Amino acid sequence: MAALFWESLIKSLIYIVFLLTSFAYLTLTERKFLGRFQSRYGPNRAGPFGLFQPIADAVKLLFKEELIPAQADKILFILAPILTTVPALVMLAVVPFGGTGQLFGRQFSFSIAGDINIGVLYILAIASISVYGIVIAGWASNNKYATMGGIRSSAQMISYELALGLSFVTPILLASSMSLNDIVKAQMPVWFIFYFPVGPLSAVIYLIAALAEINRSPFDMPEAEQELTAGYHVEYSGMKFALFMMTEYIKMIVLCVIAAALFFGGYHGPGVDTYWWLGPIYMFIKVFMLLFGLIWIRATTPRIRYDRLMALGWKVLLPIALVNVVITAFAILLFPGLGSG
Amino acid sequence: MMSDETEFREIEFNLAPDSLDELKHLVSQRAVDGDTVLLNMGPQHPSTHGVLRLLLELDGEQVINCIPDVGFLHTGIEKNMEAKTYEKAIVMTDRLDYLNNLGNNLAYCMAIEKLCDLDVPPRAQALRVILAELQRISSHLVWLGTHALDMAAMSVFLYCFRERESILDIFEMCSGQRMMTTYIRPGGLWRDTPVEFEDAVRNFLKIFPSRIDEYERLLTKNPLFLERTRKIGMLPPDVALQYGVTGPALRASGVNHDLRKVQPYSGYEQYDFEVPTHTDCDTYARYLVRIEELHQSLHIVEQALNKLPLGPVRSNNRKYVPPPRSEIGVSMEALIHHFKLWTEGFTPPVGSVYSAVESPRGELGVYLESDGSPKPYRVHWRTPSFTNMQILPYLAKSHLVADLVVLIGTIDVVLGDVDR
Repeated sequence: MAALFWESLIKSLIYIVFLLTSFAYLTLTERKFLGRFQSRYGPNRAGPFGLFQPIADAVKLLFKEELIPAQADKILFILAPILTTVPALVMLAVVPFGGTGQLFGRQFSFSIAGDINIGVLYILAIASISVYGIVIAGWASNNKYATMGGIRSSAQMISYELALGLSFVTPILLASSMSLNDIVKAQMPVWFIFYFPVGPLSAVIYLIAALAEINRSPFDMPEAEQELTAGYHVEYSGMKFALFMMTEYIKMIVLCVIAAALFFGGYHGPGVDTYWWLGPIYMFIKVFMLLFGLIWIRATTPRIRYDRLMALGWKVLLPIALVNVVITAFAILLFPGLGSG
Repeated sequence: MMSDETEFREIEFNLAPDSLDELKHLVSQRAVDGDTVLLNMGPQHPSTHGVLRLLLELDGEQVINCIPDVGFLHTGIEKNMEAKTYEKAIVMTDRLDYLNNLGNNLAYCMAIEKLCDLDVPPRAQALRVILAELQRISSHLVWLGTHALDMAAMSVFLYCFRERESILDIFEMCSGQRMMTTYIRPGGLWRDTPVEFEDAVRNFLKIFPSRIDEYERLLTKNPLFLERTRKIGMLPPDVALQYGVTGPALRASGVNHDLRKVQPYSGYEQYDFEVPTHTDCDTYARYLVRIEELHQSLHIVEQALNKLPLGPVRSNNRKYVPPPRSEIGVSMEALIHHFKLWTEGFTPPVGSVYSAVESPRGELGVYLESDGSPKPYRVHWRTPSFTNMQILPYLAKSHLVADLVVLIGTIDVVLGDVDR
């Protein structure tokens, strides 16, 4: 038992450090790629190829003055960034980054929380907490722009959670399990994205809904710079602001990790059965490809308008997701081999 | 403690009673009752294109009333020009509409030429057209970039600025300045263009059409862009005429009015070009009209460059135009003219003139009143941004806040042009 505890602790530590580093370098990657998309260089001053840019950013933000507006609700104002960051950090606890590995003669699994049989529900539950952080941030700032951003985001996140949840159902049905480990294992020969038509459809719904869920372009309504200046975090500065940015980027990573696990075969790839350490590498490659897609989207699309976004969520995505679930269920009934996992 | 804070909050979200009195005639009764929110947008706001302040009355996200408050960039340019001699005041014109510097130079110099009855040599006329059209392209590029950026299509912005840079390089090549050119002078140009000028312009003419296609690929058929612009900001032609809207905004409402056609200046009548119009009256129509204007401007530049005559670029009328450097050393008379023109300035006849050019934003007019002294008695600018700005409250009504930034972009205001 004690050994298990230590194992979990070490894994969490590695995982948190890894996530924070990858967040930092994701910002750099994004800026670099955006730069290349827009025929410019991106950051290249701090260190070779601008590699120290995230460190410079962090140092700058750490030394910035922490402003709290005079009429802000101080407790909530400080609580809000914490409330947004923590869910983003713990969300990945159930995702398997690899199969079982062997190190120092010990078997261990790659997911931090072990193999929970309600992994998918856990993700949904945690994901919905972070909306509180944003709403509270908007409200506590006592700023009209921030409040509008907070209201927009709560409406947006709540409406897209339905489509998001429904897009999870297809992989769950196909694997007949809610455990992410089982879902990944069920994709051993064929990834779920190739289960035509339900697989690709639910993957697309997932990606759209998840983009809206994490307020990422083109659904970055709550922080629409051009309309609401910066939305819910307009009054935040210094590290509190950094926490919001951190949440946004960590959520990007989380989105891609979950997409990889649900639709793109997770840690699977050739040779993973023989060499367990290939699992995380495959996972990393898949996540990176998806992240690249997100950056690409940001570089090309205009922002969708707020009312159109709600219409898209309720009138398009939700019905399609429902139909998709029904089709999947019928397909599994008709071809019993499908849903065996 | 807590109750105090809540009370304060309420006051913040409604308006303090005394300040509301001043606003009562501008906002609806619902704002007075506290049903709607008054939101202050600008003057420091990322998408008000400078320092425009808008007072918005919002019902949720819907704009009930939009009240522009201009004057934050007031620089007193008109008044300043009255304190300078005619020629020295040209530098002020650069700073009016800072995206249309050469166009401003042109409008002002044309007014002086009209006042003094000065001739402009044909080469200078053709070069003026080339430069004015390049300026129109560069101004439209800034419009397109910021318009797209307002909708968060950020790449278009940087692509536009990439091409704008090569136009500014051409301006720098001619005048030594990228933006504050002061290149067009009464009676012609400051000096002839350098030898590299023609190649640079031809190079731009070669590259630019494919770049327009690049912008269009990103926007014209993009469903998200269509959703943001179609049926947004409908401006019927009769309303546009009532408000005195000019330029692409008017032409996108189906009114074919372009000063280059209706009262040609600088020899525009020699060139073959179309005035793009559209009848949809919405933001998308204004986008299409401006994109087509890019093509037409290129066409004009190409024609003007092909038949660019040789010869002097400045009039020989020494009463108004300073002699070239080479003459000063050899001619006593030239030295006297030079001294008189740069100390006292020239004295045009008494009278008043109005002269207008088609700027990228619409009719840009200068009214000059001369009392026979070396300084203008009165300078007034009829700037398109100022007039077109009036349409914003009309356009904004019952649109969403998100559309409002698109609307500011679509009427293409330059705040330096609004507040003189």
